[in-house]
Amino acid sequence: MSIALLIEQLLNGLQLGVMLFLMAAGLTLIFGVMGLINLAHGSLYMVGAFACATVAAATGSFWIGLVASLIAAAAAGAVMEIVVIRRLYERDHLDQVLATFALILIFSEGTRWLSGSFPLYLDIPPLLQGAVPLPGGGQYQLYRLAIIGVGIAVAVGLYLLISRTRLGMRIRAGESDREMIAALGVDIRTLYTVVFALGAALAGLAGALVGALQSVQVGMGEPALILAFVVIVIGGIGSIKGALFGAILVGLVDTMGRFLLPKALALMMPTAQAGLIGASLASMLIYIVMALILAFRPSGLFAAQS
Amino acid sequence: MAELVLEIRDLKKTFGALKATDGVSLDLKPGEIHALIGPNGAGKSTLIHQISGSLRPDSGSIRFLGQDMAGLDMAARGRLGLGRSFQISSLAQEFSALRNVMLAVQARQGTSFRFLRPVMSDKSLTEPAMAMLERVGLAGRAYVPAAELSHGERRQLEIAIALALGSKAFLFDEPMAGMGPDGSKALTKFLDGLRHEAPILLVEHDMDAVFALADRISVLVYGRVIATGTVDEIRNDPEVRRAYLGEAA
Amino acid sequence: MSRETIINILLALLLLAIPFSASAMGEQFYVTLATRITILALAAVGLNIALGLGGLVSFGHAAFFGLGGYAAGILATHTFNAEPLLFGLQGTTSMPVIWSVAILVCGLVALPIGAISLRTTGVYFIMITLAFAQMIYYFAISWPAYGGEDGLSIYVRNGFPGMNTAQSLTYFLICYVVLMAALGLFWLLRGSRFGAALQAARQNATRLSAVGIAPFNIRLVAFAISAMVTGLAGALFADLNRFVSPSMLSWHMSGELIVLIILGGKGRLFGPVAGAMLYVLFEFALGGFTERWQFFLGLILLGVVLFARGGLLGLLAGEARHG
Repeated sequence: MSIALLIEQLLNGLQLGVMLFLMAAGLTLIFGVMGLINLAHGSLYMVGAFACATVAAATGSFWIGLVASLIAAAAAGAVMEIVVIRRLYERDHLDQVLATFALILIFSEGTRWLSGSFPLYLDIPPLLQGAVPLPGGGQYQLYRLAIIGVGIAVAVGLYLLISRTRLGMRIRAGESDREMIAALGVDIRTLYTVVFALGAALAGLAGALVGALQSVQVGMGEPALILAFVVIVIGGIGSIKGALFGAILVGLVDTMGRFLLPKALALMMPTAQAGLIGASLASMLIYIVMALILAFRPSGLFAAQS
Repeated sequence: MAELVLEIRDLKKTFGALKATDGVSLDLKPGEIHALIGPNGAGKSTLIHQISGSLRPDSGSIRFLGQDMAGLDMAARGRLGLGRSFQISSLAQEFSALRNVMLAVQARQGTSFRFLRPVMSDKSLTEPAMAMLERVGLAGRAYVPAAELSHGERRQLEIAIALALGSKAFLFDEPMAGMGPDGSKALTKFLDGLRHEAPILLVEHDMDAVFALADRISVLVYGRVIATGTVDEIRNDPEVRRAYLGEAA
Repeated sequence: MSRETIINILLALLLLAIPFSASAMGEQFYVTLATRITILALAAVGLNIALGLGGLVSFGHAAFFGLGGYAAGILATHTFNAEPLLFGLQGTTSMPVIWSVAILVCGLVALPIGAISLRTTGVYFIMITLAFAQMIYYFAISWPAYGGEDGLSIYVRNGFPGMNTAQSLTYFLICYVVLMAALGLFWLLRGSRFGAALQAARQNATRLSAVGIAPFNIRLVAFAISAMVTGLAGALFADLNRFVSPSMLSWHMSGELIVLIILGGKGRLFGPVAGAMLYVLFEFALGGFTERWQFFLGLILLGVVLFARGGLLGLLAGEARHG
């Protein structure tokens, strides 16, 4: 095993973690401020990917597609919030799960209806094609590095937004005391719609970025959604810091597990068998890590005190 | 010392900078009503939570019937005979009054892992439960869901539950709250008789009831017991008058 | 007799009447459809113990449905291929044995999953049960010995002593009797001391603790019983389709089981039966009219959640009462 390969896998893990953070940040923000569990967050990811692929195909520009994905996902999120989600804030989690499960069915079939059953493809923009050399030999895809950069930028941006701006102040107030913020004269309905649209836009951005690495198809949001759930459960629901930490942890554990487990087992047993058992174990690894963390910290690593 | 039912020594609990319980020592003797009074925010609820086991103290000890309570959760303390009524009424809202009491009877019998026999036809549950409802004067409302009972009736039901548990001491957190004058009077009379069954630690704002009932009173201010004594001693204690009764007078 | 009891009896008779009349008219397809309703209802009866009585929103019951299915598939495959299982044990094609294994396995798996999940509440519980089910799902996909992603076929439906299970009406009757037995169990549990404690844990866990009953123990046992019933349904489902695949373990399946309960009426004895009938009816009726049926199912489900919270039985029989 070369150093270059190891670095490449570490970067892959980081890139997966960054994508998960974009998904998880919105989920955890929406839960923290509105107390809502949103299964349809994966649908917004899918909307972003489809919008990007469609617009990029029509205009020939990935970048216009990327802007379209942000707008489309934010708009879809805002409409979703106004038409459906708003009625769920006062309901229990079971109703929220069911209603947003219903939204997944509607969005998935609706997308299939509009764009057909075949997957769409999205090319990496020319600017980001190519690779950069890694220390120790080997090369790494520039596009994946760019994704990591975007993720870091979003994390910093979110931090500044929440700690420094007026909107962020209202979001923090909304997390701690809904009645207080209403009493201060903030239009809470608009605030909720804005927060939801913001979360949706981040999910859409994630979908669009990933769209260039894999095919864009119905159902692509679901694995991402479930991993994002694992992330926010590990990090502590409602905590952006927890989401960042959890996302990087899950990204690294998943990627490194798939890479290292078969190799580690091969030291103890025949290679073919080690590959088999290693792959099975690796596919379960993040869930095992999650179970272990929760066994000791039932409300996650960075849970808000309540 | 063995005769003390409840013995609290130097209990401390802080929330950040706030010393909610600051070295409280308190005890409960057999057959007495010991009232705990104090202005809002004095830390009465925090203290009750620590005694019943829903909050863990930072330091100090709580002994009940000679046994150290440290490390025992609310359920374990309930099984030992610490009966509690809640400041915010805490009942199984969909269950009838009778079923709420039956749950306590069932808990006392220690038999919740029976899966097949219907409880409603089980006389070993229904009869004692009904008897308790009769004692607190709620038999006529036995089949009404707890959610539909009036505020006062819920208080009565809470007491019936504590009775059904065969509690060896009662913690009552503002049982008079929200009751009309007639209800308060009836409940005062009822608690007066109850003390012979098991001693009562009574947190209460209704001073008429406290002065009528209490054998001893402790005054809690800013997390500290500033005085403990009989009704007369407390009435005449200058520090209490200044810190507490002075506000009301 | 209460209105709900009458409706329950009518539902039970209706479910029995469909396959008999269909069989008389030579429409075998409808017999299979009724069997599907019966098995899905059974799975949901299991979930209803945790969710309806205990208020435990398990979003991972597909794990048990699928484990039950794989128990049937694996035991049958070993017999068919004449390969011994672990420790020299043989496979089997006898349903009673398969069912026992499915129930046992699900109970044993549910205990550790429940023990970790039940330390949490609310959204955490929902997500953790989901995550555990995903763990088993990915294991099934990545472990090639039993078909991996492609699943496992059961070449000949397993047998039941004295019955010809290959006949679809006979198989329906077996499933129907199991469903009625499970409903009987649910009814007994709900009225028992255990059921009283379980329902009290849902309504007010603090109250239950204050009388000296630990909610955790009650919930854990309920979770395990619930998993066992759903696992039994999984074994029957595998035999119905003569096929088991990771899709039985997928989170869509977990979601569907919750949907069945809500469509019918949460915590109601016949809620899962009414829900399964409605669901399969939607699937069949909408599926015949458009291949985009899931779109309309989503709309209907959204309507039920937002505007008809008691489900079908709530509409027909009014609010649930607790003695």
